[in-house]
Amino acid sequence: MDDIKVIDARGSFCPGPLMELIKGIRQEAVGTVFEIWSSDAGSAKDIPEWVARAGHEVVQNREEDGIYKVQVKKVR
Amino acid sequence: MQRIVILGGGVGGTIVANQVARQMGTELRTGALDITVISESAQHVYQPMFLYIAFDQVVPAEAQKPERDILDRHVHLKVGNAERIDREAQAVIMQDGEKISYDYLVIATGSRPAPETIPGLTEGGHIFYTEEGALKLREALHNFQGGRIVVTVGVPHKCPVAPLEFTFMVQEWMKARGLGDKTELVYTYPIGRIHSLEPVANWATPVFAERGIESHIYFNPENVDPAKRTITSLEGETLNYDLLVAIPPHRGQDIISRSELGDAGNWIPTDRYSLRMEGADNIFVLGDATNLPISKAGSTAHFEADVVAANLVNLLRGGLGSVRYDGKVFCFIETGLKNATYIQFDYAHPPKPQEPTEMIHMFKLAYNRMYWLTPAGVL
Repeated sequence: MDDIKVIDARGSFCPGPLMELIKGIRQEAVGTVFEIWSSDAGSAKDIPEWVARAGHEVVQNREEDGIYKVQVKKVR
Repeated sequence: MQRIVILGGGVGGTIVANQVARQMGTELRTGALDITVISESAQHVYQPMFLYIAFDQVVPAEAQKPERDILDRHVHLKVGNAERIDREAQAVIMQDGEKISYDYLVIATGSRPAPETIPGLTEGGHIFYTEEGALKLREALHNFQGGRIVVTVGVPHKCPVAPLEFTFMVQEWMKARGLGDKTELVYTYPIGRIHSLEPVANWATPVFAERGIESHIYFNPENVDPAKRTITSLEGETLNYDLLVAIPPHRGQDIISRSELGDAGNWIPTDRYSLRMEGADNIFVLGDATNLPISKAGSTAHFEADVVAANLVNLLRGGLGSVRYDGKVFCFIETGLKNATYIQFDYAHPPKPQEPTEMIHMFKLAYNRMYWLTPAGVL
């Protein structure tokens, strides 16, 4: 997990998990892998949808004890 | 003597200073406690007024007061630029070399608009997140004779309801000037709905349809071509505009990077409940300066300041400083020039927008004038 940047967006209604990921992608280097933690089931769907549109890559998408964890790699 | 240094004279820093001063007046008077606020400006600015400045409803002088007049008279105010925070020496080093030592440090440095991170935006677009930008937009709106207005939203940004407020207000403003039929209004948003808060998006979507406002979702502004008057998103969409108004991306302040305390965006890793900087027992962080996934808004800084002040008083009196922040945020939302609503939420409770009313709008306008009671620690 050392080289994965965890974004703990649990309980984030505004700006919300996807916006927190966009913030991370805008400020970190190409190649960075993020793991976004969300308490909103919608994140498991809307994060991959944006990642596809923005040309990045979903590495993993899982649920652990009600927390949705999506790993995303910045590829461009 | 115990020393509290508060870096930042905005709403959060000023509330902390005044609340601690009010509760520990005896210690301040006897010299057992010293509180110093460091602010780069002698003026305290109420930033939400910038929106109204753009529409010429307020002038800049109405949005500011001397910080000295707001602070408790026993609190020291140091006006100047801080160079860096030296954690080892427990001191803030000023640009002129002065060293201001602390036992407890509160970092309330806020954020700054960073339009320069979107190439072409500064030349081709407008922002209303600074006094200078609001005045420039006021001029542009005054001279606008109709055309296509594009409102676009960068990430991260503060005051998350401002994009909707500006959009609703500019449409009514154009109509009031007889230019409604000559104006096309386009709104872009970074994610898959028109506001980050789902209940707000659900409320605003039919309002957009009813008012004829065109929306483009999944639109993260990447660059602006001022000559062609186009804006392109990182998702690959390009839009034409006659007047571009951007809610710019923001960054934490540069002193955070000079002090090596933040991430790549100069946001400080902060515990979401204790509001202490991660790995530091004697440094609190509040407002926009944190890396927390909550709204960058004055109310956030306000509610966090209440927690930080309570913990400082408790710690100075021998307690453990265990008051927790619950993620509370409150925002008014102007839905035009005559009506408004509001939202409130925290880490555990989503917001439920209320039906907009004229009364809430009137209260928002009244609060704009009463704001000064908030940093004073009264309201």
